[in-house]
Amino acid sequence: MIVANRKSLEEILNMLKPYKKVLLLGCNECVTVCAAGGEREVGVLASELKLSRAKDGQEIEIKEQTLERQCDHEYIDQVRPFVGDYEVILSIACGAGIQYVGEKYRTKIVLPGVNTTFLGVTLEQGVWSERCQGCGECVLHMTGGVCPIARCAKSLLNGPCGGSSNGKCEVDKDLDCGWQLIIDRLKELNQLDRYEEIIPVKDWTTSRDGGPRKRLREDLRL
Amino acid sequence: MKTKSNIERILESGGFVVTSECGPPRGADPEVIRKKGNLLKGVVDAVNVTDNQTSVVRMSSFSSCIILKEMGFDPILQMVCRDRNRIAIQSDILGAGALGINNILCLSGDHQKFGDHPKAKNVFDIDSIQLINTVKILRDDGKFLGGEEVKGKPVLFIGAAENPFADPFEIRAARLGKKVKAGCEFIQTQCIYNMEKFTKWMEMVRDRGLHERCAILAGVTPFKSVGMAKYMKNSVPGMDVPDGMIERMKGVAKEKQSEEGIKICVETIQKLREIPGVRGIHIMAIEWEEKVAEIAQSAGLLPRPQV
Ligand code: SF4
Ligand code: SF4
Repeated sequence: MIVANRKSLEEILNMLKPYKKVLLLGCNECVTVCAAGGEREVGVLASELKLSRAKDGQEIEIKEQTLERQCDHEYIDQVRPFVGDYEVILSIACGAGIQYVGEKYRTKIVLPGVNTTFLGVTLEQGVWSERCQGCGECVLHMTGGVCPIARCAKSLLNGPCGGSSNGKCEVDKDLDCGWQLIIDRLKELNQLDRYEEIIPVKDWTTSRDGGPRKRLREDLRL
Repeated sequence: MKTKSNIERILESGGFVVTSECGPPRGADPEVIRKKGNLLKGVVDAVNVTDNQTSVVRMSSFSSCIILKEMGFDPILQMVCRDRNRIAIQSDILGAGALGINNILCLSGDHQKFGDHPKAKNVFDIDSIQLINTVKILRDDGKFLGGEEVKGKPVLFIGAAENPFADPFEIRAARLGKKVKAGCEFIQTQCIYNMEKFTKWMEMVRDRGLHERCAILAGVTPFKSVGMAKYMKNSVPGMDVPDGMIERMKGVAKEKQSEEGIKICVETIQKLREIPGVRGIHIMAIEWEEKVAEIAQSAGLLPRPQV
């Protein structure tokens, strides 16, 4: 899933300073799972905002709405009947959703209420961890199913570096060394011989380095 | 001989190599480099110049290499992958070739988190093993990574670093093997304090026959004090300082500690020279360059063969 983090109340209040009527939009997908921007968080954020503004004598009207998805126009269209009643939209979907709402309502200012951070998994209740950087050319079959790009702090394709110590990365004692994980898994899979092969320089054109990406499936187009 | 490198020449004649390093200043004063250089005159066969070590901004390795070259040294250009992509890296390698730099040391580079600009964006377009191979392709095949022909090949002797004490230990010799396969001709190791572990690593290296294809220069760093020994043990990633070393430093009076540090270093060198496959010593006296001559002298490494 895409993992995001709610921005601080202070930062959001700051962005909302000039406004009195706000449409607060959550999303039912990834940000719900990572507890940053789902229906619950919409409710919590709305009450926090109203409370703070009331304390300062600056009442605020907030319309709470959580869309099935903010990355598909059919769902974004659902707020069309009343979007005009609000001065500003505060979206707590991922960065893609926030932008897409803005693309659909071009005269509306859309403010980000979360910081979108990574593609990851739920490790345990309340803990999420990065797994993929969407490089566009997956190498997991060569590295024991553990991503060297997302999970090594230096994205080394032929690690580990000299800073790997007791399974931890040189960058942070609490961070697993991605290359230790790769070696461990290769061993478990009986594929340690793979480690002897040099992975050649990567073609980054499929990653963000090639410019904004677009995917097209002719067979699916109408 | 493939290159004009002093290290390669001494290795080919069967000699034992001595290198040291020079950390560039945090400013534009060339005298700092010259002063450090003067302390190493006649003591070493080649001098490493670090590349923004520990991610702290310093005078570039490249320009410091040129200053040392003008003084008659054979500098080793250290190059990390943290700050340059393949375009900048290849361009610098061509420049090094043009200006008569004969050696390069290919490194991944410390993460910028440790330095004075932790908010920087890092590059890591290629890694150290791919960098080794890049230099080799430029030099031996006369090709750029993009496939085009190089007009005027850069002739550099190719080195890398290896840390025998990093984890996972079992693949450390295999990783060296990858470096050798990529084109690495000499290795300078992380500072050695844990002799037992290093001996074991060398066994693994010899089992793979890597010592015959790549010269291993064993790294040493003298302790200035017990404080430094403790710091190296606890705070420097990938450093292995056995408790016995700390105890030995603790056991002498404060004003005698630096002397003890030098003594340990000299003893270490003597032991390292006995290990089959060790072809040289790399003395890293961090901000203590004035001691390199004394260490080399006491360890019987002087005089150096004439350039
Ligand atoms: S190799 Fe690329 S696509 Fe595969 S997991 Fe890593 S970043 Fe994602
Ligand atoms: S310690 Fe491991 S994860 Fe961290 S940079 Fe080095 S190889 Fe990558």
